[in-house]
Amino acid sequence: MKRILIVGATSAIAAACARIWAAQGSEFVLVARNHQKLEQTAADLRARGAKEITLFSMDATDFAAHPAMIEHCVATLRQIDIALIAHGTLPDQKACEGDAELALQELANNGTSVIALMTRLANQFETQRCGTLAVISSVAGDRGRPSNYLYGTAKAAVSTFCEGLRARLFKVGVHVMDIKPGFVATPMTQGLPLPAALVSSAENVAKLIVRGVERKTDTLYAPRFWALIMLIIRHVPQFVFKRLSL
Amino acid sequence: MTRQLHSWGRFPYAPQTAHGCSWAGEVTGVIDSVVAENGLTLPYGNGRSYGDSCLASSDQVVNMRSLDRFIQVDWQQGRVLAEAGVTLSEILSIAIPKGWFLSVTPGTQFATLGGAIANDVHGKNHHRRGTFGNHVLRFGLQRHGCPLLNCSGTENAELFAATIGGLGLTGVITWAEIQLMPIHSNQIESTVVRFANLAEFFSLSAELDQQHEYSVAWIDCLAKASQSGRGVFIVGDHAPYGSLEVNERSKLSVPLVPPMSLINNFTLRGFNSAYWRAHPAERTRQRSSYEPFFYPLDRLLHWNRIYGRRGFQQYQCVIPDAAAEVAMAELLSAIANSGQGSFLAVLKRCGDAVSPGLLSFPLPGTSLALDFPQSNNLEPLFVRLDAIVRAAGGRLYPAKDAHMTGSDFRQAYPAWEALEALRDPILMSRFWKRVTS
Repeated sequence: MKRILIVGATSAIAAACARIWAAQGSEFVLVARNHQKLEQTAADLRARGAKEITLFSMDATDFAAHPAMIEHCVATLRQIDIALIAHGTLPDQKACEGDAELALQELANNGTSVIALMTRLANQFETQRCGTLAVISSVAGDRGRPSNYLYGTAKAAVSTFCEGLRARLFKVGVHVMDIKPGFVATPMTQGLPLPAALVSSAENVAKLIVRGVERKTDTLYAPRFWALIMLIIRHVPQFVFKRLSL
Repeated sequence: MTRQLHSWGRFPYAPQTAHGCSWAGEVTGVIDSVVAENGLTLPYGNGRSYGDSCLASSDQVVNMRSLDRFIQVDWQQGRVLAEAGVTLSEILSIAIPKGWFLSVTPGTQFATLGGAIANDVHGKNHHRRGTFGNHVLRFGLQRHGCPLLNCSGTENAELFAATIGGLGLTGVITWAEIQLMPIHSNQIESTVVRFANLAEFFSLSAELDQQHEYSVAWIDCLAKASQSGRGVFIVGDHAPYGSLEVNERSKLSVPLVPPMSLINNFTLRGFNSAYWRAHPAERTRQRSSYEPFFYPLDRLLHWNRIYGRRGFQQYQCVIPDAAAEVAMAELLSAIANSGQGSFLAVLKRCGDAVSPGLLSFPLPGTSLALDFPQSNNLEPLFVRLDAIVRAAGGRLYPAKDAHMTGSDFRQAYPAWEALEALRDPILMSRFWKRVTS
């Protein structure tokens, strides 16, 4: 039995993780924008064995709502064993190039809102001196690629923030985990022309995340072969990289 | 990403473009957009139908698999209410620890709830509990341009009956509630014995079926002459005590489609002979977990790929009791003489339970199911088998079919016109188009 906070609980990867934790009889605070979807997710988790579930509707970019959400969460769970931050969008890179407002909005969706939540949660974890703060970033943050560098920027910011925060909280026994999924078949990626051989299911990624939380993995490439792919991509020299259209 | 979906037999080969629904609230929107672009569509579950009944005539399907949430469970009464894309395996994984099991389960646990209803599937306990449809309490049906309909034996009863076994044509099943049956253990106590010929099969069946919850036989469809009709008879019951854990077995997978079938006469003859010899000549009691008993093939994910690029067809027929013994002997001899056959020839006596479904497949009699690698020699064999089935007053199973003629279908399923009248006009499968025109 674990006490778990999930932000972006209706996203496919988060919901798949929650199902595994539900089967272990965990207690949840689920946070997402859409209340109806939250309720459907909660009903599913209850049937699968979740003990207590409370729901909190919030737009992650509504920074002013964050303190109330965390207060509610601590009041309900008393202690957070696992916090999983999983919300996000897949920005339209082309549209962001022509619209700075939109670019900043997407940066808030995928970057600053995550950093704001982590900042506040870090203080909670620091007081309790235990628990895991897990965040879903992306392999896209490893390199700025012309096809989605706005998304990559946001995810890179999250990963760098994770690294610093991990070193700070490690000293008090709190674990910070950076999850970097590759291509995953979810509603977010529906319709994208992804190479089928590299696409994994949300269930598969969720299994790896749950295991990573147990093992206190620092950076989790999910599935593992992405670590190798990104190792190569990170080492492509700039004079070559700028000529590619990845 | 855009996924291409196939039928389980991969024959006829017609890749389907999937239009996914992830939330109950999205179903109508997805249907509307597919229909606006393509005119016709069909709901698709987890692709366990063998032939063309799960393929849309437009090759554009609404993929329901992601609609896989439980809505409500009642462990007092053993009732599960869930979205239609939930698989039977997912239902078992939460029901078994609470002491409940599917009242009826087919030979794969990877079918979806919606698919199990749409094909009115049956299992090894048909002689006791009828079909899956006998245990469906109610479901939600989304027809184009209508509000979501609640269907049960008392509400929208006509659509309820037409949708059970309705091959997904009466509307999209979005959720369903089913009645489970109580168990005390995840184990099955079984009794296994070999039989030498069909007469022995029928006498074993007459003796043992009524004493046991589950009954099925495997038959060596390649054995000729004096060995013809030999097989292995298996009966079983849920063990009265034991653990209620769900022990997920590790699964193997066929990673790719080989260029040609790995199943050929040589491998078949060897396998069938060895399988027969591996089973006891005397009645032997065994105890096993539910998975190897009900779902031996589910252990090997994507096993359909072993048949190679050309795929395979399953031939499943049911012959009424009066003609069963004679017709089965004729069918087996036709198959053995053709030299084509399968690992998986399954013989099963069906009971006389009446399904609420209009187009339900089982009838009181004996059912035979075999898989054949797709080849050019298959057509003449199927023509012969069809003639035997027709003469015996039997019929074929639409969920497994990729070949039956329209006239055979309409003769065997006279209720087809009632289903056609209730069909949602935007839904059309390759199967339905083939057998009704």
